Amino acid sequence: MSRNPGRPLSPHLTIWKWGPHMAVSILHRVTGSGLAVVAGLGFVWWLVAAASGANAYATFLACATSPIGYLFAIGLTWSFFQHLSSGVRHFVLDVGAGYELRTNKTWAVVVMAAPLMLTLLVWAPILARALKQGGN
Amino acid sequence: MGGGTGIGRVRGLGSARHGSMHWWRQRVTAVGNLLLAVWFVISLFRLPALDHATVTAWIGQPLVAVPLVLLTISVFYHFRLGLQVVVEDYIHEEAGKVFFVLLLNFYAIGGAALAIFSILKIAFGGVPA
Repeated sequence: MSRNPGRPLSPHLTIWKWGPHMAVSILHRVTGSGLAVVAGLGFVWWLVAAASGANAYATFLACATSPIGYLFAIGLTWSFFQHLSSGVRHFVLDVGAGYELRTNKTWAVVVMAAPLMLTLLVWAPILARALKQGGN
Repeated sequence: MGGGTGIGRVRGLGSARHGSMHWWRQRVTAVGNLLLAVWFVISLFRLPALDHATVTAWIGQPLVAVPLVLLTISVFYHFRLGLQVVVEDYIHEEAGKVFFVLLLNFYAIGGAALAIFSILKIAFGGVPA
């Protein structure tokens, strides 16, 4: 991109103090990109394996339930909830609501805290059960 | 970029006047994703097991196969639009931008085609045991 050096440069990212609204905005992009690549490939792999037969599906399942598979699954769960909740926040902002400074900040924090709790809620029972089975 | 006429220098660099369409379709697919992805995740959790027989029997039902195809279209279209904006915002040279948008299109269309074909193959019953 060409820029006329005679024109002033607009203040950029580095000069702003980080706030929750900035964090939630970039998290929306990061989790969206992550989901598109990782969950997208996983979803296609799952379906192609299921359509290819029992052996291919067994390979998929073995990878998905390996420790690395669980790590990816936990990351994707959080990304899913984060992208979903910040996406709903975008719907609210789209209708022109929630721009007052205090309201905006509060909801930005809520939209980041809720996915962490939801991820914990989903995975705590699964991991507890896996650990119990591993112990026996 | 050479001399040329004024219009020749700017052609292809400005707005294609598709901004509102891009924005609107991002929202339409977002609503689609919200409904279909929540249905998909809850349904997966409600399955008694995730082995091959259970999963293929589940996907094979019309009321599962069709929403699953719609989910694939909605999600892959949504991220094609979303990641295009990410590429446009963070990749500054024209060549890289074209390369990554091309790659994104191939990935989104290729991935969706593979997923949809697989769903239909299972639903139409050609799965080897």
